[in-house]
Amino acid sequence: MSTHDPHTELDVRGADGAPQRFEDPGVHEHVHRQADIDPKATKRVERQVLLLFTLSILATIGFIVAYFALPPGETPESMRTSNLALGLGLAISLLGIGIGGSHYIKVLMSNREYVEERHPQRTDDATREIAVQMLKDGAEDSGLTRRGAIIGAAVTAIALFPLAIVLPIVGNVGEDWNVRKFKHTMWRKGTRLAYDPTGRPIKASDLTIGSVAHVQPADLDEAEHPLDEKAKAVVLAIRLDPRDIVSEQGEGWSYDGIVAYSKICTHVGCPVALYEQQTHHLLCPCHQSTFDVADSAKVVFGPAKRPLPQLPITVDDEGYLIAQSDFHQPVGPSFWERLT
Amino acid sequence: MKALAARRHDRRAPIVLLLLALLLTGGLYAVLAPTSADAAPKTATADDVATGEKLFQANCATCHGPSAGGTEDAPSLIGVGAAAVDFQVGTGRMPMQMNGPQAQAKPVQFDDEQIEQLAAYVASLGAGPAIPTDDMVDPAQGDVANGMALFRTNCAMCHNAVGAGGALSQGKFAPNLWETSPRHLYEAMQTGPQSMPVFNDATITPEEKRDIIAFINEQGDVSPGGLDLGSLGPVSEGLWAWVVGLGLLIGLSVWIGAKSS
Amino acid sequence: MTTTTTSKATTPPSAGARAVGATADYLDQRTGLGHAVKFFARKVFPDHWSFFLGEIALYSFVTLLISGVFLTLFFVPSMGETHYEGPWASMNGVEMSEAFASTLRLSFEVRGGLLMRQIHHWAALIFMAAIVTHMMRVFFTGAFRKPREINWVVGFVLLILGLAAGFSGYSLPDDVLSGNGLRITDGVIKAIPIIGSYMSYFVFGGEFPGTDLIPRLFTVHVLLVPALILALIGLHLVLMVMHKHTQYPGSGRTNNNVVGFPALPVYAGKLLFNLFVVFGVIALMGATMSINPVWNYGPYDPSPVSAGAQPDWYMLFLEGSLRLMPGQAEFVLGQYTVSLNVIIPAMVVPGILFTLLALYPFIEAFATGDKREHHVLDRPRNRPFRTAFGVSLLTAFFILVLAGSNDLIATHFHLSINDITWVFRVLLFVGPWFAFWITKRICLGLQRKDRELVLHGHETGRIVRFASGEYIEVHKPLDAHERWLRVQHEAIRPLEIEPAEDSRGVRRKGYRRDTIRQRLSQVFYEDRVEPVTPAELEAAHAAHGHHGEVEAAPEAHGTPELAGASGRTGGGQHLVDPQDETSPETRNR
Repeated sequence: MSTHDPHTELDVRGADGAPQRFEDPGVHEHVHRQADIDPKATKRVERQVLLLFTLSILATIGFIVAYFALPPGETPESMRTSNLALGLGLAISLLGIGIGGSHYIKVLMSNREYVEERHPQRTDDATREIAVQMLKDGAEDSGLTRRGAIIGAAVTAIALFPLAIVLPIVGNVGEDWNVRKFKHTMWRKGTRLAYDPTGRPIKASDLTIGSVAHVQPADLDEAEHPLDEKAKAVVLAIRLDPRDIVSEQGEGWSYDGIVAYSKICTHVGCPVALYEQQTHHLLCPCHQSTFDVADSAKVVFGPAKRPLPQLPITVDDEGYLIAQSDFHQPVGPSFWERLT
Repeated sequence: MKALAARRHDRRAPIVLLLLALLLTGGLYAVLAPTSADAAPKTATADDVATGEKLFQANCATCHGPSAGGTEDAPSLIGVGAAAVDFQVGTGRMPMQMNGPQAQAKPVQFDDEQIEQLAAYVASLGAGPAIPTDDMVDPAQGDVANGMALFRTNCAMCHNAVGAGGALSQGKFAPNLWETSPRHLYEAMQTGPQSMPVFNDATITPEEKRDIIAFINEQGDVSPGGLDLGSLGPVSEGLWAWVVGLGLLIGLSVWIGAKSS
Repeated sequence: MTTTTTSKATTPPSAGARAVGATADYLDQRTGLGHAVKFFARKVFPDHWSFFLGEIALYSFVTLLISGVFLTLFFVPSMGETHYEGPWASMNGVEMSEAFASTLRLSFEVRGGLLMRQIHHWAALIFMAAIVTHMMRVFFTGAFRKPREINWVVGFVLLILGLAAGFSGYSLPDDVLSGNGLRITDGVIKAIPIIGSYMSYFVFGGEFPGTDLIPRLFTVHVLLVPALILALIGLHLVLMVMHKHTQYPGSGRTNNNVVGFPALPVYAGKLLFNLFVVFGVIALMGATMSINPVWNYGPYDPSPVSAGAQPDWYMLFLEGSLRLMPGQAEFVLGQYTVSLNVIIPAMVVPGILFTLLALYPFIEAFATGDKREHHVLDRPRNRPFRTAFGVSLLTAFFILVLAGSNDLIATHFHLSINDITWVFRVLLFVGPWFAFWITKRICLGLQRKDRELVLHGHETGRIVRFASGEYIEVHKPLDAHERWLRVQHEAIRPLEIEPAEDSRGVRRKGYRRDTIRQRLSQVFYEDRVEPVTPAELEAAHAAHGHHGEVEAAPEAHGTPELAGASGRTGGGQHLVDPQDETSPETRNR
C-alpha cells in the first residue's frame, strides 16, 4: 500500500519521552446494588416480580373469559369492546412476563461484569497455510484441474438450466404481452356517458353550471374485464359557463359548456377528482398535479407534464350525453411507446 | 443511598413526562368542535321577506350589492335559493369576517328566525333550491351502503374517505363533515358552496343525498379497532407508531438497560 | 473468566435436577451438545439500552410471524368477485373481491381476528421503525467498521426486504387506498424506459388491475420475502456472535476484549423477556389504536380516491419525492416518451439515498485508510464528518417524508399546499447542507467541551477567597474513569500520500487513486479536535500552579492517579478540590 498509516504513530511517545496518550484506568470496581446488601429490598423486589407474573396469569385467564363472554357482535361498539378486552388481556399477559422477568434480572440476578478476550477475525498464518493446502489437495484429488473442457461445459450447463424455469415464468406471467392495449379505451362513437357507480345514463340537462359528474361508459358491465376497462375509461364531465372556456383540445369536443376529461392522471395514474368549482382547477390528491379544466386541462402545478386527454362528446336524439369517439391520445401515465 | 435514589428518579422522569405529554396531546386531539343547532324550516311570509331585506341591507349589501346583484368582491345572490343562504349563514360562513382563501365556518351570527328571514328574502329574488324538509335529510331513512358507494366516488377525494376533511390547492380545504348537521350537508351538496361543485337533483337524487347523509352520520364516533387517530390514514398511523410504539419500547429498553441502584 | 461452581455440588440433587441432567446427557450423547453449551453459555455480551434496538426489530418480526400465521388461516388471496353479507352495514351487498371480503370477515366475525390484524400491521410499522433506529445506532457509533462491513450490508438488505414485505402486505386487502398505491406503482413501472410497459404486464399479468396481482403478492408476502428475511436474520446473528458484540468506550473496554454479562443467565434472560416486552407493547397498540380500517376505504375500484392518499410511513419518502418533482422534466425523444418527472423522484433519488447508505462503510474505510479491526464504538461527536453526513442523509429523508404528508400539513396548519411544496423543493437541497454544517459544528463544539472538562475539571460553584484577596472558583478534577471516556479516542488525521514520482522520476502506479483518497480523507478529517494528552494536562495544571506544587517526574504522568490523587490545585480561575471527587460509578456510563 502506498499510503502511509497515521495510526501506527499514535502510541509512540513524544519527543520529550512523555506519553502521547493516557492509560486506560481499567474496569470499574463492582458496586453492590441495594438488593445485594439489603434483605428488605430483596424481599420487596421478589414480591414485585411475583406480582407481575401473577398478573400475567390472571390476564391470560381474563383473555379466555373475554373470548367466550365478549363476541365481536354486530355493532362497532361491541367490536371495539371485544378487541379491547382481548387485546388488553394479551398485552398484560405478555408485559407481565416481560417486565417481571426483566425486573428480576436487573435487580436480583448477579450483575458482575466479566471480561472476555477477543481474537482477530483473521486466522493465523499456520491455519491459513493448512486451509490453502487442503483446497489445493481437494482440487488435485478432483482431477478437474487438468480438464478445462469439462469445467467449462459444467459451468455452462449449470448456468443455462435455470432458463427452463425462468422462461415459462416470464412467458406466462404477462398474459398476452399486448401493451398496445394501453392506448385504447372502450369509448366508441355513440357510447353513452353514465354516472359512476350507478350506471344511470347522463342527460345534458342534468348538469347545471358548476356541476360535476363522475362518468363511466354506459356499457361498462358488458366488458370482458370491467375493472381493467374502468381503470382507463373513467371521465369527469363538468359544466362550465361557456364564456369561461378558454380553450379545448379539439374543435367542437364539448357540448354547451359541458367538457369531459379523463380522470386518470397523466403523472402516475391516480384518479384526478378534486374539482374546484370557482377556479375550474382539477387537483390530484396523490401528488397535487393541478389541471385547468377551462384551458384544455393544461397543467398549472405539480409533477404531471401533459394535460388530461379530452373525450369528445355530444348529445343523442334523446338528450343523453354520448362520446364522439375514443380519446385521441392514450390516457394515464406516460410510457415509452406512448406516441408510436 | 439518597443520592442514588435521586438519580434513579431523574432517569425515569423524562419518560414519565413524555408519556404524560402524549396523553395530554391525545386528549386535546379528541376534543371536538362545537355543534350547530338544527331548526325546522317553515313557510315564509311577506313579513319575513321584508325583515330579511332589512337584515340583508344591514349585513350583506356591502359586498353583494344593494340589490344582491353581486359586486367585484362577492357573487350575485339572485337565483341561489334559500338553501344557499341557510347553509352559508347557518354555518357562520357568511357574513365573512375577512378575505382569505375561503370562507370558514365560525360561530353563527344570526338566530334561526333571522336566517329564515334572510333566506326568504334571497329566495324571493329568483327561483333556487329550497331548504330541505326534515324528512329529506333523515339519516335513519337512508341506505348506508349506497351512501358509502356514492360518497367514495363523489366526495371522498376532497373530504377524505370518512369525511375527516382534506386539502385543496392554494390554502383552500374541504372541511370535516362529522359535526355538520344533516340539513347543512344536504344544502352544501345542492348548492355547491365556494370550491365545492354542485350536485343537483339530477346528478345525485334527493334519495341518494339522504343515503350519503346516512353514511356520514355513521362516521366519527366509534371505530371498532379502538382510537381512530383522526381517521387520517397511514401518516397519522406512522406518527403514532413512532411516538407511542417505538417511544414505549425505547423507554422500556432504557429501563432494562439501566443499572439497578 | 471465573468459574462459579460452589460447594453445593456436595448436596444430593433434587428430582428436577436429576431429570434435567438425564435429558442433557441424552442429548449430548446424540448431538455433542456440550460443545455448543461450552461455547455459548458464558459468552460475554456488553450491555447498553441501544443494543436492544436490533432486538426490537427481531421481536417485531417474530410478532409478525405469529400474527401473520393467524391471518393466513382466514384470508382468501383472490380477486374473484363476491358480495359482502355481514355485520358491517355500510358494506352490505357491496360487490368486492374475495380478498377484501375475507379481510372484513376476519376483522368483524373471527373472534380476536381484528386484534391479530391490528397487531400485525402495528408490528410491521414498528419493525421498520426499529430497523431504522437500529441502523442509526450502528451508523452513528461506527459499528459498521471492520470486521462488520459484511454484516452492515446484510442489515441493509434486510431493510430493503422489510420494505418489500411491508409493501406487499399493505396491498393485500385490496382496498381503495392500497389499490391507488398499486396504481401509482404501475405508473412508476410504466415510466421505466424501453421495458416499462412490459414490466407492467409482467407484474399485473396484463393490464392494471387484472386479476392476478393479489395472489402473486400473497406468495411474495407470505413465502418469498419472509423466507429471505429469516435466512438473513440468521446470518446477521451468526455474524454478530462470531464478531462478538461491539462495546461503548469506557474504562477497561478495549479492542481486544469484551466487557459485559455472561450469556447465561443474564443475557439469555434479557433476550427471552424482551420478546414478551416487544410483543406486549405491540399487543397494547393493537388493543387500543385502530390501524388501516379498510372498511372506511371500501373495496378497490379504479375510479374513487380519498384525500390523504398515502402509503405507510416507510414508503412516504417516495411519495414525497414524487410530489416535489416538477413536471417539466418529461420529454420526448424521437417518438419515445422519457418520463424523467417520474424516473428521477421514484428511482434516482431513492437510488442515491440507498446507495450512499449501503456503501458508506466502504467509502469511510477508503478515506480513512484503516485496516484494523474496531470493536470499541465511537462517540458520535468524535467523528464529526460521519455524524454530520448521517444527519444530513436523515434530514433529506425526513424532508421527503414531510413532503409526502404535505396535504395534512396544509390542513392542520392552515397553509397553502402549493407554498409548502415550494418550501420543501428548496429545503430538499438546502436542508441537508445546513444539517451537515450545523451537526459538524455541534460535534466539534462538544469535543472542545470535553477537552475543557478534562483540562479544568467540573465547576463546583464554590468560590474561595485567598489570603491575597483573590477570589477563585473551586474546580473538581475528573476522576480517571471520567477522563478516560473523553480522551480514549484517536483523532484521525488526513492521509498523506507518497509523491507522484519516485526518486528516479518515474511516475508510479496508483497515484491518481491515492490523490482521490487523499482528497476524500481531507474532506473527512480536515476539521478535528485532538484529545487531551497527558502533557497538555500537565501544562494546564502548571499554568495554574498557584501553590507551587511542582509535578512529579514526567514518567508518572498518564497514570490514573494523575489529577485526582495528587491534590493538585488550579490557580487563577481554578482550584482543584481532591476531597470532592466524583464517584466513579456516577460517570462514565
